[in-house]
Amino acid sequence: MAHVESSVPVPAILQEVKPAVLPRAILVENNRSFAWITDKICGIIEGKTPAWWWICFIIACCVASFTVAGITYLIATGVGVWGHANPVNWAWDIVNFVFWIGIGHAGTLISAILCLLRQKWRTSINRAAEAMTIFAVVCAAIFPVFHVGRVWYAWYLFPIPNSNWIWQNFRSPLEWDVFAVSTYGTVSVLFWYVGLLPDLATLRDRFEAAGNKLRSFLYGLFAMGWRGSNRHWSNYEMAYLILAGISTPLVLSVHTIVSFDFAVSLIPGWHTTIFPPYFVAGAIFSGFGMVMTLMLPLRAVYKLEDLITQYHIDCMCKITLATGTMVGYAYAMEFFIAWYGANPYEGFTFINRAFGPYAWAYWIMITCNVITPQFFWSKRIRANTALVWILSIFVNVGMWFERFVIIVTSLARDFLPSSWGYYSPSIVEIFTFFGTFGVFSVLFLLFIRFLPIMPMAELKAVTPQADVHGGHDQR
Amino acid sequence: MSTAGTTSADPTMAAQNYGLIAAFDTAPALYHAAEQVRDAGFRRWDCITPFPVHGLDKAMGLKRSIVPRISLAGGITGFCTGMSMIWWTGAYDYKLMVGGKPLFSPMFAFPVSYELTILFTAFATIGGMLVLNGLPMHYHPVLKHDQIRRGMDDRFFIVIEARDDRFDAAKTRALLEAAGGLDIKELEA
Repeated sequence: MAHVESSVPVPAILQEVKPAVLPRAILVENNRSFAWITDKICGIIEGKTPAWWWICFIIACCVASFTVAGITYLIATGVGVWGHANPVNWAWDIVNFVFWIGIGHAGTLISAILCLLRQKWRTSINRAAEAMTIFAVVCAAIFPVFHVGRVWYAWYLFPIPNSNWIWQNFRSPLEWDVFAVSTYGTVSVLFWYVGLLPDLATLRDRFEAAGNKLRSFLYGLFAMGWRGSNRHWSNYEMAYLILAGISTPLVLSVHTIVSFDFAVSLIPGWHTTIFPPYFVAGAIFSGFGMVMTLMLPLRAVYKLEDLITQYHIDCMCKITLATGTMVGYAYAMEFFIAWYGANPYEGFTFINRAFGPYAWAYWIMITCNVITPQFFWSKRIRANTALVWILSIFVNVGMWFERFVIIVTSLARDFLPSSWGYYSPSIVEIFTFFGTFGVFSVLFLLFIRFLPIMPMAELKAVTPQADVHGGHDQR
Repeated sequence: MSTAGTTSADPTMAAQNYGLIAAFDTAPALYHAAEQVRDAGFRRWDCITPFPVHGLDKAMGLKRSIVPRISLAGGITGFCTGMSMIWWTGAYDYKLMVGGKPLFSPMFAFPVSYELTILFTAFATIGGMLVLNGLPMHYHPVLKHDQIRRGMDDRFFIVIEARDDRFDAAKTRALLEAAGGLDIKELEA
């Protein structure tokens, strides 16, 4: 830090900042060697496919077939097979879309924002979290694409010249959303792939040594000839940092733009400025819920306790607690503004949310999103992995209901009582949504079978023996 | 990289020699050896590490990566693409009044331009990184080394190319040995 040296009198500020010495959290326990990390993570891919994997995979395929069936029926018949009807013309499709997009956000948050903040604990979970982002975006994209009805015209969403000579309406937040979500999906895949590059090279070399030509070739193809050169690492590290730097505003902008879908309209309960931050906090909350739902079983099955330590679980629980409390604050603030703003429609909407025909959904939301995370204040609960996992499921359920409450209650009771209605989903919608969990699981199972679930290179870099400046030198 | 006069410093060297490779067991050993190779004035040499070793760029005397400039160019292109696309489609090519709103305004063009800024930056960053690194690369002499597999696992290597002006088979080998290099071998080109 440069000292300002001049004769001009300076205000009485500290000459230098003495950072408090904090004990550095151990991110890889039991002082594991580099080779142990490689063997542990590559071993998952190289070993025989476990029986539980096949069982889960078959179940996941069966569940995914519900989406295929639901969508096939929709294409064959028409979008009327969903339960939408006036006044609720947006329902489960957009609920599920926002739900899945929100889940994806924790992946980007872990990989990008925590990278910029130098939170090194992210390394063991970022690969799986990024995979989760991509698969969640895939599931999310299903709903708006098929809600357009004639899905073979879905390319009309993009500014591609067509025979009508007409262009997209860029004044519409829905068009902004097309760009936000497609950019988000693309950048997430790129970011994930760049992170995978060195690990694919490791796998290429290991499969070659094991004599598996085909897999060595395939991993080698995607590793693009990576050879661990430090001249490459220098550019690579810079590129990774920039990708983290641009993914951070990206993830915040995506859910902001998703919230614009509602906030830019005039419907009471939607037309509020609190939506962007409120949606972003909710997305991170639900995303961390999903990360825990996925990572805790993986940690148990593959015995990854040395890599995903109690410290990681504590950190994730605390972020869930913080964002869950922000979401709770937003719920309270919406009510306050509805009263303080003195708009009778707005006031009615919120009373109706809590005590109207959808009160059941509202109170499920409050229970899951506001009360559930409060358990994470307790260290004993955070240490109980099974309980944390159950609570994380409540978070997922709660965040789905949040979107349902926001979207459906506002539409079902708009300005004119004569147009009021009550929405229930049709069986086709239920099938389609249920099946997306299968789609997600199929993709995630393929990921844990064929790709390294943790970034080996990054994990090695946070071990004590990676530090070249002595002090922690173990050997 | 251009092959500016591939006259090897040592005429006794086999024409097919790419250079020397030395192994190191720990990151600190590699780091200190890299400092010595840098101070000996070599330019065509490299370190092979299984992960980005913190501070090694400095030990190798590498300059800051120029990837950010490519990213910036990509970002500016993306933003301009967004703004001009929305102006051209809505206010020039096919004017369509919707909701009494202006045909073009940077306000409503902003979210899409913002996303395209990020999209183009991402492509420029990754494309720039790959081009600067010369990837994808089908073949490289280093990958032929029988121990290189451990360079993606738990070992560290220094490679000094025979093309380097200061390269001398015996002296360079002695330098690597003095720096703590193990299993020093010649690499075929």
